[in-house]
Formats: sequence, structure tokens, C-alpha cells
Amino acid sequence: MRIFQYLINGISIGSVYAIIALGYTMVYGIAKMLNFAHGDIIMVGAYISFCVTNYLGLPAWASVLAAMAVCTVLGILIEGLAYKPLRGTPSLAVLITAIGVSYFLQNAAQLIWTSSPKNFTSVVTMKPISLFDGQIVITGEVLLTVGVSILVMVGLTLFTSKTRTGKAMRAVSEDRAAAQLMGINVNRTISTTFAIGSALAAVAGVLLCSTVPTLMPTTGSMPGIRAFTAAVFGGIGSIPGAMLGGILLGIIETFSKAYLSTQFSDAIVFSVLIIILLVKPAGLLGKQVQEKV
Amino acid sequence: MNEYSKKMLKVPTYTLLREQDKDKQPVLDVRNLGIDFGGLTAVDGFNITIGPTEISGLIGPNGAGKTTIFNLLTGVYQPTRGSVLINGIDIKGMPTHKVNKLGIARTFQNIRLFTDMTALDNVKVGMHNGIKCSFASSVLHLPSYYRSEKQANEMAMELLDFMSLTDVADQKAGSLPYGVQRRLEIVRALATNPSIILLDEPAAGMNPSETTELMHQIRRIRDTFQIAIFLIEHDMNLVMNVCEAIAVVNYGRIITKGTPDEVRQNPAVIEAYLGREEGKTDAEN
Repeated sequence: MRIFQYLINGISIGSVYAIIALGYTMVYGIAKMLNFAHGDIIMVGAYISFCVTNYLGLPAWASVLAAMAVCTVLGILIEGLAYKPLRGTPSLAVLITAIGVSYFLQNAAQLIWTSSPKNFTSVVTMKPISLFDGQIVITGEVLLTVGVSILVMVGLTLFTSKTRTGKAMRAVSEDRAAAQLMGINVNRTISTTFAIGSALAAVAGVLLCSTVPTLMPTTGSMPGIRAFTAAVFGGIGSIPGAMLGGILLGIIETFSKAYLSTQFSDAIVFSVLIIILLVKPAGLLGKQVQEKV
Repeated sequence: MNEYSKKMLKVPTYTLLREQDKDKQPVLDVRNLGIDFGGLTAVDGFNITIGPTEISGLIGPNGAGKTTIFNLLTGVYQPTRGSVLINGIDIKGMPTHKVNKLGIARTFQNIRLFTDMTALDNVKVGMHNGIKCSFASSVLHLPSYYRSEKQANEMAMELLDFMSLTDVADQKAGSLPYGVQRRLEIVRALATNPSIILLDEPAAGMNPSETTELMHQIRRIRDTFQIAIFLIEHDMNLVMNVCEAIAVVNYGRIITKGTPDEVRQNPAVIEAYLGREEGKTDAEN
């Protein structure tokens, strides 16, 4: 029975990784850059939600909306101020800038909210469901996290395949120059991608802190890196890949914590990643690009 | 318009406007265009005027600067000198997607379709600016979304049908045969609702019967949509048969312009293609 409980917990934390990984993968697919500040946007989202509920006394749903709104604006600002001027420069320049933005956000959060941990109140008020005489407990957070992540994935898939903006995104992701020549505003498309990715990060932040209630300026960085790993694991650029990668990563993490070692769980997770990438360099659902000779 | 007519007086007599295009504003007017890459002059002193329903060709040996000229006309490169006017509007400093909106569309020498998307979606990407639908209504799937989506679908299918591509509408563009991909690229360009379409080697890799079919289609595009076509092509049979005016470039400069017959007999063209008498090679066909 314990194994099922671990599985459920793994899927739950994995779903949070999946939502974060979706942001990484979308930005990578369209802007062809790794936005290492993505994890810190999660933290900002969680802080905004925390402030709205604790200082303004508004209900949880309002705090989520506020977090999404702030993070969307933040994402567009970061893209416009830090990354857009570097478009066309070597990818290393953008990567270093992204790391810089990440530290900037962490330190700004430390100035505003100090480094002392805040106790995040879960946005879920539902009582846990107990099955098999309490051998398996499904909390409201688990249900919410899994539900939201499925919703987000289905929504994003529909969005990219059905809408005009989504099609423009796919076109930009495949061939930026050709898309431009078909009249697509590439800059605006990239901004939209950052907006969506950052709004998702806000949701992920609230879900993450509802499950693990400690909120600090560095809260986003480790889940950010794990989610990035998940995106690579599933095949970066692929929406279902990010989802699959995130959930698998969550399960592997929970199982290694439960059965092997808590301290080495990260080492185990990353070892699995290395092995997978040795066998399938493009990730689980990634497209193998044949190098033209 | 008046401003333009003044300019038009200065148009040299070498322009070959079709009878019906004589008094109309040219769709493309290029004056003294040039670009340098570092110290290298890739294109220099390029002039051309294309009427609203003209089919013209751009020929020249490999490396003559033909594709560079196309890149200048579509705003991919910013020229070092000279100006490009599309429907009377100077494209100087405009981002590429805005230049496209002025009414110029193109295909590519090495096909650049969105290979992971279906043929239909490729066309719909081309229609991007034509579909009027707000972000909110497409996310929330309001009735206006379905209406515009339906309209877009119908228009895209109509365009595909025009080039006999309805059968492959739902197939991934990357999986289509080469000749079909070339035709699809033309449809995608047409979907942007251009007034001039640039075709970069549309017959490359096509067999003779496909090329003949393409010639009919090029004329049909002009006649149906009443737009201008400007093409780069190495297949002399196609160029001589389809184009009403031909410009020949070599080393980034125009060496001659004229009707197919004039170009065929021009010694400078023969020299550019075949080399001088003493350095003559038989590689050219």
C-alpha cells in the first residue's frame, strides 16, 4: 500500500514540475533560449499570492489571479528589457543574462521580503480523502495539482494547435525568418510566449508552496532546475514531453527518497537523467535531428 | 499618387510595362539598390520597375546576387544604398513582417515550409494577418472565433484547391513530395494576400512535366489574382516562356533588361553565361 501512496505523492510533485517545465519548454521552443530565471518567477508568484492573502486578506482564488497577473507582466518586462536587446547575439550571452536575471530576482525578493522563511497557507481547504483505512491519503493539494496540470497541458495543446497566435508560435519555433516573411511579428510572438510561461510559473508557485509550505527567496531555484531537467528529460520543445518528464521526475524523486536515500535523491534523479540522455539524446519525446553532412 | 506620378516621369524607358499596366502605379519600384557585406559589394545599382500584373524574371549565373536582391526586396537585409518602394511605400527601416503586409510575399530557393505543421496550417499561418480574431475570443472560443476560424479554413482550402493540393491538406508539410512542397510554398505565399509574389527558383528539382504544369500555374496565378510575379529561375525554357520581361544580373549588377527575345540575343548575356570566346566552357545548357 505504501508504494501507492509514494506514487500519488510522486505524481503530485511531478505535476508541479510539469507545469514549470512547460514554461521552460515553450520559451525554449519559440525563443530558442533557456530562461534560467523561470524558477525565480515561481518564487515571485508565490510571494505575491502570500501577500495578497495575508496582508490584503483576499480569498485564495484572488491571490492566484493576482500572482498570475504580476508574473505575466514580470515575464514580458524581463523579456523586453533583458533578452530582446540580445536577440541575434550568441546564445551564450543570453544564457548568462538569464542567470543574471535569476540572481537579480532572488536578491530583489530578499530585499523586499527578507530572507526569513514565510509560512505559506495552502490555497486548498478541502479535507484529505482517506482510503483503505487511512493507508492511502489523497490531499486536496494532490487533486488540485494533478487537475491543474492536466488542464494546463490540454489547454496549451489546444492553444498551439487551434488558435492563430498558437500557430504563429509554432511557425516561429520552426523557422523564425520564414515566419517573419509570412507577416508574423516575431517579437510579439516571443513576448506572448513569455507571458504565458510566466503566468504558468505563478500557478506552479502557488501549487508548490501549497504542497511544501516554506517560502523563501530561493524557493524557486531548485524546483526550477528540476523542472528544467524534466523538460530536457521529456524532450525540450515538446509539450507532452515536458508533462511526461515532469511526472516521471517527480515519481523517481519520491521513490528514491522513500526507498534509497533522502540525501542522495537529487543525485539519483540526475543520474537517471544522464543515463536517459546517453540512450536518447533528444529526450523521451524529443525529435531526433539528423545532422546533415 | 501625385507625388508618385512625378517620380514616374523619371522612370527610364527601359522599363517594360505591359500595355494594361502603363498608367498604373508600379507594384514594385527599385531605385539604385545596393548592399555591401563588409568590403564586398554584393549588389549595386539595381533598378527595376514592375507593373501590377507583370510576370518578370531575374536571371544570372550562380552567385550573381539574385537571392540577395530578393532578400533586399523583402526587408530581410537593409540596403546600403538606394530604395525599394512597394505600392509606392518605401520599406526603409521596416521590420520584415511589416514589409510583408505592404503586399510582397515570397518562396525560398531551399524550401522553408513549416515541416511539422499540416499543409492547411501552413497556409493558415500565411493568412495570419488576414484572420481577424481577438486573442480573447480565440482562447474563450467565442462564436466569433468559430466564424473567423471557419472562414479561414474555407479560404485556405480554396487556395489549396487552386494549386490542386486539397488531397494533402491534412498531411504534414515535411512528408510531402518535393514538387508538392514547392507548390504549397506558393500557396502559403499567396495566403498573405500579396500584390507581388517573388518565386526563388520555383522549378528547381522539378521534372519537365512538373515544370510545364508550373508554367501554366504561374500564368493562372497572375490571371486569377491579378498580381505581379517576379521569379528567379535557371530553367531557361520556363523563363523565356513565362516572363514578359527579364532582367539579367551578374556580379550584383544588371547587365541587361528586356523581353525574352532581346535578352536571348544580347551578347552581354551570352558572355555572362558562357564566358568570353577564349574561356568558353560547354558546361552551360
